[in-house]
Amino acid sequence: MKTLNLEAKIGAILLVLLVLMALFAPLIAPGDPLAISGEAMLRPFASEAHWLGTDRLGRDVLAGLVHGTRTTLLVAFFSAAAALIVGSIVGTLSGFLGGLADIVLMRITEAFQTVPGFLLALATISVTGPSVPTLILAISLGNWTQAARVTRAEVLSLRERDFVAAARTLGMRPLEIAFREILPNAFGPTASLAAISVATAILIEAALSFLGFGDPNRVTWGSMIAEGRTVLRAAPYLSIVPGIALVVTVLSIHLIGRGLSHTERLQP
Amino acid sequence: MDMSSSPVLELRNIAKRFGEHSHDGLKNIDLSVQHGQTLAIAGSSGSGKTTLARIVMRLAEPDTGSIHLLGQDISRMGGEALRKIRPGFQMVFQDPLAAFNPRANVKRILEDPLRIHGLAAKNEYEQIALGALERVGLGADHLQRLPLELSGGQRQRVAIARAILTKPQLIVLDEPVSALDVSVRAQILNLLLDLQEETGVAYLFISHDLAVVRAFADRMIVMEQGRISEEGNTEAVLANPQANATRILIEAVPRLDIVMS
Repeated sequence: MKTLNLEAKIGAILLVLLVLMALFAPLIAPGDPLAISGEAMLRPFASEAHWLGTDRLGRDVLAGLVHGTRTTLLVAFFSAAAALIVGSIVGTLSGFLGGLADIVLMRITEAFQTVPGFLLALATISVTGPSVPTLILAISLGNWTQAARVTRAEVLSLRERDFVAAARTLGMRPLEIAFREILPNAFGPTASLAAISVATAILIEAALSFLGFGDPNRVTWGSMIAEGRTVLRAAPYLSIVPGIALVVTVLSIHLIGRGLSHTERLQP
Repeated sequence: MDMSSSPVLELRNIAKRFGEHSHDGLKNIDLSVQHGQTLAIAGSSGSGKTTLARIVMRLAEPDTGSIHLLGQDISRMGGEALRKIRPGFQMVFQDPLAAFNPRANVKRILEDPLRIHGLAAKNEYEQIALGALERVGLGADHLQRLPLELSGGQRQRVAIARAILTKPQLIVLDEPVSALDVSVRAQILNLLLDLQEETGVAYLFISHDLAVVRAFADRMIVMEQGRISEEGNTEAVLANPQANATRILIEAVPRLDIVMS
């Protein structure tokens, strides 16, 4: 196992804590996080039962924060994974097949790229309605193009290598050459995009919930910030606490990504 | 068609041009390789010998001319038909590290040709792969290794094992020892000669090193700027070189001068 550098270690520790928080949310904050659990607008550290306070309806902020981790990580990881998988398949086909297939696939990729990812997600959600699966679909729609381009560039250089020629002389079928010989070797640079993809997905998800396009049956950090906005002067902590959670999550993923791509570059 | 009398490989009037003003490429290449024999193609870098190897292997397309393998014209073949005859002609590349998928271990490298062409039942793959590995002087402890974990000589042995697995009639050897340590060159060349004696495989041997050519090939061709400038029995060509390109190559091997004078 490669040793991780300090950046990646800090990021990994933060992320592990967040994942644990998401996994054990029902134990840390039992009950429905959307239910009213006490007096409204309690300040943080003022009450032992609600040590991050309560919002203007009397819902526990800590419960919202902990349960929000679930939605955030769930949507972010699945949409980033979907984006990477779709992107690397499109990129591999495009780079390997070349010719007309390459032109068509790359024009489609560019068409998706010209629309900002957030607008694409917003448009998709307003058509399909908000739920976790549609959020994943909507976010990955704007997120796969970079993976496709990076993979294609890598495949273009790999396909001229001798081991691809050797696979052809062995009579291996083109699709097997593309996906079994080339793609696994092209995946390194694409995988280092994963961090950016996850971070982007988290921010888009938060922004969508902030605008009220999140899953209404789940607490999300974005919707908590939106809720808190109306009482921003009286109770700024309602927006600041989930905001900090958002920053810490995105930061941890960036740190891991930087650390990993640094380690990747040191590879022969 | 009488397979035994026709040459294993015959090239007729092969030409290939890369660009308008390019001096690379090939012009009017005619050659044939007989069963169980070795034809060496010698030439300095840029003479077109690797292009020729790639055309023979159908990795590159010639502009004109035809390639006949065992009397069958394969130059217009493609797709499934070409894949079906691939077992009959194999190639060993110059840089054995580049010729393997860096993520495939030796077991997978050797089982791939068996699986692709259905040459054996699935439960026999490992046994056959191991047999080929032992034939080239390696053993079961190498099966799980990655190419990066092998030495240069071991890698080329694995490449040879992969090439003989499909029992080809022709193996194209593209500078198979030039990337190797001098001390292991002789071992690899001897291995190739032993295999030829056992199986009667023919070699098309690409090299710029006339000392190696002399030890290895029955006949030789000298190429210069994409043309064949000299052709004949190896001993005869080296003893009495006619073309300028041959003399230059001979001068590049000081040892050979001493042997000949």
